[in-house]
Parts: sequence; structure tokens; C-alpha cells
Amino acid sequence: MTVTTSPEPDGAYLDHAATTPMSAAALAAFVAEAQRTGNASSLHSAGRASRRAVEEARETLAHALGARPSEVIFTSGGTEADNLAIKGIFWGRRAQDTRRTRVLVSAVEHHAVLDPAFWLAGHAGAEIVLLPVDGEGRLDLDALRAELAAHGDETALISVMWANNEVGTIQPVREVVRAARHYGVPVHTDAVQAVGQVEVDFTASGVDAMTVSGHKLGGPTGVGALLARRDLALDAVLHGGGQERGVRSGTLDTASIAAFGVATRHAVDGRPERAARLTALRDDLVARVREADPQAVLRGADPASGDRLPGNAHFTFPGAEGDSLLYLLDSAGVQASTGSACQAGVPQPSHVLLAMGVPEAEARGALRFTLGATSTPADVDRLVAALPQVGTRARAAGLVSGRALGSAS
Amino acid sequence: MRVLAAMSGGVDSAVAAALAVEAGHDVVGVHMALSRDRNQFRTGSRGCCSIEDAGDARRAADVLGIPYYVWDLSERFEDTVVADFLAEYEAGRTPNPCVRCNEHIKFEALLDKATALGFDAVATGHYARIVTRETTVSDGATDGGVRTVRELHRSPNDAKDQSYVLAVAGPERLARAMFPLGGFASKDEVRAEAARRGLSVSAKPDSYDICFVADGDTRGFLRDRLGSRPGEVVDVDGQVVGEHDGAYAFTVGQRRGLALGRPAADGKARYVVDVQPATNTVVVGPAELLSVDRIAGEKALWFDDVLPGPAGPGAVVPDADGWFDAEVQVRAHGAAVPARVRAVDAAGLEVALTAGPLRGVAAGQSLVVYRGTRVLGQATVARSWRAR
Repeated sequence: MTVTTSPEPDGAYLDHAATTPMSAAALAAFVAEAQRTGNASSLHSAGRASRRAVEEARETLAHALGARPSEVIFTSGGTEADNLAIKGIFWGRRAQDTRRTRVLVSAVEHHAVLDPAFWLAGHAGAEIVLLPVDGEGRLDLDALRAELAAHGDETALISVMWANNEVGTIQPVREVVRAARHYGVPVHTDAVQAVGQVEVDFTASGVDAMTVSGHKLGGPTGVGALLARRDLALDAVLHGGGQERGVRSGTLDTASIAAFGVATRHAVDGRPERAARLTALRDDLVARVREADPQAVLRGADPASGDRLPGNAHFTFPGAEGDSLLYLLDSAGVQASTGSACQAGVPQPSHVLLAMGVPEAEARGALRFTLGATSTPADVDRLVAALPQVGTRARAAGLVSGRALGSAS
Repeated sequence: MRVLAAMSGGVDSAVAAALAVEAGHDVVGVHMALSRDRNQFRTGSRGCCSIEDAGDARRAADVLGIPYYVWDLSERFEDTVVADFLAEYEAGRTPNPCVRCNEHIKFEALLDKATALGFDAVATGHYARIVTRETTVSDGATDGGVRTVRELHRSPNDAKDQSYVLAVAGPERLARAMFPLGGFASKDEVRAEAARRGLSVSAKPDSYDICFVADGDTRGFLRDRLGSRPGEVVDVDGQVVGEHDGAYAFTVGQRRGLALGRPAADGKARYVVDVQPATNTVVVGPAELLSVDRIAGEKALWFDDVLPGPAGPGAVVPDADGWFDAEVQVRAHGAAVPARVRAVDAAGLEVALTAGPLRGVAAGQSLVVYRGTRVLGQATVARSWRAR
């Protein structure tokens, strides 16, 4: 089967943290299942065939991620898994112990974690504690320990991502688990960006719940999973037919789940070789971007420290605005991202960069380049060739708009 | 050319973008976000600038197959258009925020950023025509050279013509503007063009009023932003005839909403004839007091080859005192009336109406000088009075 895996054959796709091209094997698995009729909850033969595909994917996923099959709860994606974790663990833990109303999340979490947490604050009496990070985006463990020492008995859960989606910083998840265990506080981690990039072992990590997503690792959009220990008190968010051990009702999307399983196995099996290749390519990208634009500032952990995702490079370009940079790169055939959320398409300064202490004016000039399975040296060449003019024009636009760093206002 | 199409989410700008694409330009759509709190602006069909409008603009860009971006110009909009709107009302003058938006946002902030990013022109859905012609230079230094003159003209669609609010942009800025709808004689034609291209905004209602006054209640908006400042309404003899909640909310020529306690002695309707911010007083009087035949303008600008200058004799032939014949328009939906006009000093102009007085010419309004369909110049009304 011949599959075009590059999303833009003529361009450089440097936004694998947003979504990845679907691998040929995953697409084949998707098409095969999508052609079959069958509800995995039905007892007849069509249902059984569907059920078998789902369970095989569950076993594949569990094996690839160091979990037991019974710990895998399929969802519609990372956002749903994060919502299930934050709300479900909060409700479950508070039901066991009504004093536990505090929710500890790192200040650099994805909005799929932050927003449900703040929703709980507004609707369910939760108290949210944003845990600070250092200048590289790494969790301040002393702040976490101090918080637990003061309020450990009132804490319902901790959520700290495995690796940050914007600056790629890998978090000390094992230390978080160690600190939390003493106080009986469950730990959730959003590992959406980490799987297939760094080694992720659910059981060995000690976390109680972990989010993974299909389309970040060569699978389809619209499917993900929450891995959750069997002894974790976890309330349902979606109620209905009682699928997925009663925690996540809804007819299972067999085709997406089958493709997700295949994609995860490929991403994990090929990880050591791919990570080494992407690390070298990323290091080359960082060096050449700095050469092409000496004012560019690399944000996040030092790549040499090993605390950074292999495919991630993130810069701020003083004097330029992110939306100008994006437009200019796009028109030069380079697809990147500011890395932060938009409100109605309006780029907002990243909460991640602000939490790292980056001034707002500098945070407006952020660009994230993320590499993946299909990335090549030619992609980096194209970016580096475009950069000098892109930087010049974006800074000229920053001067007239009067918003970026270095302007009068 | 590289063309930035400003896309509000309405049918006019969508068709303008489509025409720019079909003319062979390399087009990128940009929607301007003008409010931080998007709900503060009107939603749905009545206005612009809402989240729905941003979505409509994106949808149109997708249909046209062009890139689409949202540019956040909300701070600039607040600092220029909204701040000017409040300051002018506070000073007892009558602002036109659409004129200020064209001056500071569309043909300054947007245009300058577009130019810096490498765009050659900004296309908008305005109804007006830019006419370009070549002329021979005769300024002594480069005699015989060819120079491009850009003229701004009214749209053939009288009801939609927007040359009045565009004139403030002036000739240099309009040199980088494109109005693809300039030749359209009716809105129905534009809607038909939209429908023909499968643009879902083809039947979207027109926007009216001021986009940042969410419910159309200007007086309420002013009260929210400027606070309640009760004061007196007096007649021209100084006699108190009523009260008000803030003199800033009144505009010269206004009749409705005065809520006067007792009728005038002659039983005739009374109008606002003066707003005095220093004493927070609104003065009312009979309609006759609103009639003026002289206007002084400030911040005047003149289009290319209008006044005699080093580049040539110009379109107008002033008499010994500088007066020339033209027409002037002082309201967006008013008619142009015959007048004698002259430029004074560096940035002023004077107008003498020649076909009878006008009513309710308030300071702060934009005054545009025409000859036929051609815009000659623009100024802001500073004062108006009755000479004859």
C-alpha cells in the first residue's frame, strides 16, 4: 500500500506536536476496520469481531506503555482523557475523604488540564493550586513538597505533565509520585507529547493515571486513552451504556482504536532509533536558527541536559510577533506554530512562557518547531533559508504595530 | 501583487477578496480583532467584530482557498477610535468613529503592518473608486517625467458610497489600497457575486451603527464609560428648562431625548444648539439657530493635483483670495451641497455655502470636499456659523 505521509509534499512540516501524519500501518488498520460492521458491545459475530479488534488494540497499547490491558480506558482523545482524570479523580478521591478539595497542577499544563481544574473550582468547590516552574519550565519540586507538607491531607490530586507541549521540557514525574505517595494523593500525568519521543512506562513511573493521544504518535485524531490503575477511585464523566469499565460510556470507535494500537506500537518500537535521529536533526536546527537569527532565544531546557523532547525546538524572536512570523514562514512553505492557544484566532501570549518568567512582550514573539517521523534535513534547510527575511520583515511589522519587545509602548 | 484582503466576515469584504483572487493576485485574508472582550461587541447579524464574524470570514477565506489570519488590533482600536470617541463627546463635539477607524486602524495600523510584511496592497470591501492616471511632471527639476496621480471617487452606488469615510486616509495611503467593489452599482449585484461563488455570507444582513456600542445605545455606552454627570438644560436666554445626565451625551442638532419639562413659549420644537462641556450645560433653541452657511475646518488634507502647486496647476482654479467652487458633504448619509472653498494656512480650510444654509453642522464631524464624483480634500469641522 502506497501512502503519502507528508501532510504538505512541497512544504516543510515542522508542527508534529500539533498533529502527526498517520503512519501507513495505522491507516491500513483503520481502513480495514472501518469497512467492517460491528458494535463491540454486541454479542453476535459482527460484534465479537469488533470486540476482538478493540481488545487486541488494548493489549498492544498496554504492552507498549508498560500497563495492564485492564488499565486502558479508550476515549475520544487527549482532552477527554484529561477531563476524565481531573474531574473523575477529584470526585472519586473527595467521595472517599471529604476534606480533600485541593487540586495541584503545574502552571505549564495544557488547557485540557487547566480548564477542567478551574471548572471544578467554579462548580464543585475545588481549590486550585498552580505549582510554579523554573525558567526552563521545570516543576519546582520544593514548592510541591511544601504545599503537600502544609495541605497533604486536603489534596485530592496532583496533575503534572510528562513533557511540555510548547517548550518540550520533561518533568520530574517520578519525584512527584514519590512526594505524593506519603500523603495518599493520586498523581495524573498528561503524556500526550512524551509517548514515542522518550521512554514511557506507566507501571514503573508510579503514576495513578496517564493520558495518551492517537494523533500525536502517527495514529488518527479522535482517539486517545486514559491509563488508570484499577485501585484508583475514578468517577465517570460520560454516563450511558457502561463501556470501558463503566467509567467511559459510548460505543467504541473500533477503526480508530485499532489504528491507535498499531500506531502506538510503531511509535514505541521505533523510538530509540527515531529519537536519536530527531535529536541530531533538532540540534542542527537549533544551531542553524541561532546562526540565521542571532537574536533568537531558545526557550526550555538545554538540549544537552536530556530534559527536553528530542523533536522540540522553541524560540522567542525579540521584536517580532508570533502571528507575523507564522504568516511569513507559511508563505515560504514552512509550517510551524506559536505553540500557544488562540482565542478566536487571536494569538495570546503563552501561559507557559509567562509561568517561566518570560516578559509578555517577548512571549508574543514565540515560535515552536517540532520534528517527527517524517522530518528530514531538507525541512530544516527550508526553514533556515527563509529565516533571515522572515525575521527582518516580522520585526519591521513589530515596530509599526508597537506591541512587540523593543517598541516604545 | 501580494494583496492583504481585510475580511470583516460580511458579504462586501468576502466578494472584494474573491475579486482580488480572480484578478490573479496572491491574496491573504486577515480579520481584525478589535475588542479584547469579544462579547462586548455586537453579535449575530447586526454588526461586525464578533466571534461569529471572525468565523464567517474564515469560512469565506476557506472557500476562496486563501490563507487566513486574525490580527489583534484591539489595543490600537481602544487607544485611537474608542478613546477619540469618548474624548470628542466629552469636549462637546460629534465624532465619527468610522472615519477614525479608517484613519487609524484600516489605513494605518493594518496597512503599515501589511506593508512591513511585504504586501503591496490592502483590499477592502468599501464602495468607492480609486482612479489612477499618468501625468507629465512639470516641476522644473524633472520636467517631462511621468507621475502617477491617484484620485478617489464616489461609488456609482449612491446609497452605499463610502468615499465620505475614506477621504481621511489621504492620497499616500490610498495608493496602497484596493477597492474591488468600486465599480458595483448595487448591493444586490455584490450579493449575487457572493452567491455565485458559494460564499455563505451572501445573504448576511448589512451592518449598521457603531460596532463597539453593543446594543446600539450610544448614550448608555457613554454613561458607562464616562459616568453620570447630571447638569442643566437651558434655553438661549439662559433659563433652565430641564436636566440631563451628562452633557457629553448630546450632539448639536439633536431633537429627540431632551425630556424637557415645559414647552417653549412659541410651541415649536427645540433642538440642541450648543453643548458646553466646561459648565456641563446643554443649550436648546429653535431650529433656525442651527442653520449655518460658514464652516471652518481643521486637519485638512488635499488629494493629488487638486490645489495648484509645484507639480502643476491643479484641478481647481482659485480666485485672488483663494476661493474655488466645489461641493461639500458633512455627514455620511447627507448630500453634497454647492460651496466656495479655500485652503487656509497649512492645514485649515474655509467653506462658504452658496445654495442656502445647512442645519446641524457639529464640530468634530468630517467635512469632505467634492467636485462631481471626485474627492478633492477632507477636514474636520472646527466651527460653523451664520454669516448672511
